Amino acid sequence: MTIKTAQNLRRISQIVFFLIFFWLILKTNFDVNLGMSESGEITLPYPVSIALELDPLVALGILLADGTIFKGLLWSLVVLIPTIFMGRIFCGWVCPLGSLNHWISEIPSERLGRKGKGKIDSNRYKKYQRIKYYLFFFFIAAALLGSLQLGLLDPLSLMARSIGTAVLPAIHTVADGLLLWIKSWGISPLGNLAQLIYDLASPILLTFRPAHFHAILTIGLFFIAILVMNRVFTRFWCRGICPLGAMLGIFSRYAIFGLEKDDKGCDGCNLCLLHCQGADGPDINSKWRQSECVVCLNCQAICPNNSLKFKFFPRLGKTEKSPAATQKVDITRRKVAVSVAAGLAMVPLYRTGDAYKVNSNPGLIRPPGAIPEKDFLSRCIRCGQCMRVCPNNALHPTFMESGAEGIWTPIMIPRIGYCEPTCTLCGQVCPTGAITELTVKEKVGDDKTRPVRVGTAFIDRGRCLPWGMTTPCIVCEEWCPTTPKAIYLEDEVTINGRDEVVPVKRPYVDPDRCTGCGACEYACPIINQPAIYVTSIGESRSVENQIILQRKGIDPGKQKG
Amino acid sequence: MERREFLIKAGQATALVVATVATGFYFHNREIAGSDKIIFKTTGFEIPPDSTLPVIALARNEDHIAALHDSLEAVGWIGRFIKPGERVTIKPNIAWDRSPEQAADTNPYLVGEMVRLCIAAGAAEVIVTDNPCNDARRTFIRSGIKEQAEKAGARVILPQTEDFIMTDLKGELLTVWPVLKYFVETDRFINMPIVKQHSLSSCTIGMKNLYGILGGRRNQLHQKIDQSIVDLAAFIRPTLTVVDATHVLMRGGPQGGSPGDVKTVHTVICSTDQVAADARGCELLGLKPEHVGHIVLAQKSGLGQLDYRRAGYKEIV
Ligand code: SF4
Ligand code: SF4
Ligand code: SF4
Repeated sequence: MTIKTAQNLRRISQIVFFLIFFWLILKTNFDVNLGMSESGEITLPYPVSIALELDPLVALGILLADGTIFKGLLWSLVVLIPTIFMGRIFCGWVCPLGSLNHWISEIPSERLGRKGKGKIDSNRYKKYQRIKYYLFFFFIAAALLGSLQLGLLDPLSLMARSIGTAVLPAIHTVADGLLLWIKSWGISPLGNLAQLIYDLASPILLTFRPAHFHAILTIGLFFIAILVMNRVFTRFWCRGICPLGAMLGIFSRYAIFGLEKDDKGCDGCNLCLLHCQGADGPDINSKWRQSECVVCLNCQAICPNNSLKFKFFPRLGKTEKSPAATQKVDITRRKVAVSVAAGLAMVPLYRTGDAYKVNSNPGLIRPPGAIPEKDFLSRCIRCGQCMRVCPNNALHPTFMESGAEGIWTPIMIPRIGYCEPTCTLCGQVCPTGAITELTVKEKVGDDKTRPVRVGTAFIDRGRCLPWGMTTPCIVCEEWCPTTPKAIYLEDEVTINGRDEVVPVKRPYVDPDRCTGCGACEYACPIINQPAIYVTSIGESRSVENQIILQRKGIDPGKQKG
Repeated sequence: MERREFLIKAGQATALVVATVATGFYFHNREIAGSDKIIFKTTGFEIPPDSTLPVIALARNEDHIAALHDSLEAVGWIGRFIKPGERVTIKPNIAWDRSPEQAADTNPYLVGEMVRLCIAAGAAEVIVTDNPCNDARRTFIRSGIKEQAEKAGARVILPQTEDFIMTDLKGELLTVWPVLKYFVETDRFINMPIVKQHSLSSCTIGMKNLYGILGGRRNQLHQKIDQSIVDLAAFIRPTLTVVDATHVLMRGGPQGGSPGDVKTVHTVICSTDQVAADARGCELLGLKPEHVGHIVLAQKSGLGQLDYRRAGYKEIV
């Protein structure tokens, strides 16, 4: 195989893996067709979170934080083992964010720093490339104390979150806007054509109902910033920030595959540097760094003198012109110790703050089946799969609702969407078990087992129409899905401001039956600040966050042991 | 500056001024494009009365399809309502994510059979749709209605935002509302409700089922529920009302959920008078029609006969 073929294979591999990843996110969507004869269970036809389960950083993080490797995460060995032998091929050949960075970096630029000598300089190994190792050790240390922060920067979680909650919903908004605009011209063939294109594209790209996400702006801007940085430094993210890249770099320590330089033929043209993706020193004057190289093969392919060669058991020693290559990561013990210390210090800081326990936000309603908060924060990687899949747009990334520690973890905002009693999709797609997989039976409960509760509804009597405004309503009771209903009514005869007698029915909540699904809050006509609203108190997953002394039946969590 | 250059510069500046002013005038005080147009239309889909036939017929049969056939036969069979080439929209109650035995949505097999009958009568197209409360994908599928109606040859439509058109209902309370277009842009309208208890309106049968033609914030309608229902019933007058009372939701309506709240009655009612249909239907819930606010109001507004026996009633049991 010639080097050009190998390089093309790499290009194809990048495209294929990117498309698979994108397709999996598209399919993290409720487009299931169940027949009426089937049982109540709705399951997605594809294992849509499989890409996230291949992530060794996530597996390691959860192992440290929780003492377990959650089921699918063992698959991450598929990524880790080849890295041990071959170096960071995952970064150069597979990682969807890496590929995206690669492509955006490759768009030609007019700026001096991005071509010729300027670009050659920017592609030399730089100190900033150490940051990713510090971040990696910071995250590992935090995980040791049970706070899984690495989802913030883990590339696969980041991609899934950004595409699922920002990019695709934004595409939906743009598509709808364009369609309306073109139709408003009033030229019917054009309008029909636009509609046709829309109808063809929408089953693939758009969700059935356009999603609106809380905190989408922070996610979107963060993603844009990462992409834009590629225009300053090639693959800035991969070189400087990515904690997964750092982990794979560390695991490349004993790789048997690498770059061998033959300095006899080299005339110092620096073409290799001009095209280098990893800034790992492929040129003759630098030492080649295994931990930075993403094995894109650009240097070997461009070298006019055949002086560079990727091979098994390469000769890495010093030669006449070039210094010896290194497989070690360029960080000092002292710096590692500082990063670890920072990570260890951060967790008590987070948890001493009021958000974690003593002053938890009433709006911190976690998805049904979420594990207790402490465990949740040691599992959730903020991939946003649960938010993307929720057919009702009930789940949203937090901004500060769970403190700085929980940024972008999921909460339910019933005002925007309530939780459907017979739906169990979020637990199905969660790759880490932060949301347990429930059956409909477990979720809804029966005479003996209590349903899974995410919170409890409260009535704001000042805003409620029958309570505060002598006006009939009871929409909340109509929407309440439990049997018997958790909202019950009391007949009352009231006199309104015009001295007319108005019989109304006033709603009450039975805390024993309420599951906190939020259907009432969603449906209440007082739309800007509903007269009935759910807060997290009463949630099944917490022992402390409870209202009433004893409820009937057994909690599903307790029952499982 | 050279003369030539001066002329060019001056020309360019003038052109820019002209373009700016022209743009300003062109857009001055313009009507904003794309603003929703409002349709004024009353929608009577009724057929002329026939004094030789009963207005309302009830049939009881453990074979539910037979019950449908019997009651339909009594009011003149399908050919009286659907002429060849007509477009028909059927509106079952598909409001909630519930399975058929929970009796929150219309019996899917009755809907399927109705579609078949319409097609056999020569209907050009049969549309089955509703604007549900829960997610449409779930309700249409779990109720079994999508499957049965499609099997029978209907076009089943899950409503999308752009399917609603602003319509002036000309009601006492309801004026301009978004209406699902398939209910007004059609030739014949068949209402296929199910009988359920409802805490505010006592029952939801035929006229209350018409809530499903609306989009927008229909949760406000509860504030004057009787008048809202009557306004809707005055706006859209069905060709035929087919009441599914095979299973009746006695408690926990309109959403139900527990089979314990369901009573099996094996009954189907066909009626050309929606008030009469509701009056007979509510009795199955143990109610008296003269105590049900919207039925009384509908009668007062001249929409139909509360006293269904006087209207012409036949029972096949
Ligand atoms: S809870 Fe949601 S965001 Fe967190 S790991 Fe699970 S699916 Fe991803
Ligand atoms: S929050 Fe409720 S409705 Fe949304 S995916 Fe989870 S179970 Fe389904
Ligand atoms: S829906 Fe809202 S306003 Fe209406 S009764 Fe319930 S809480 Fe009150």
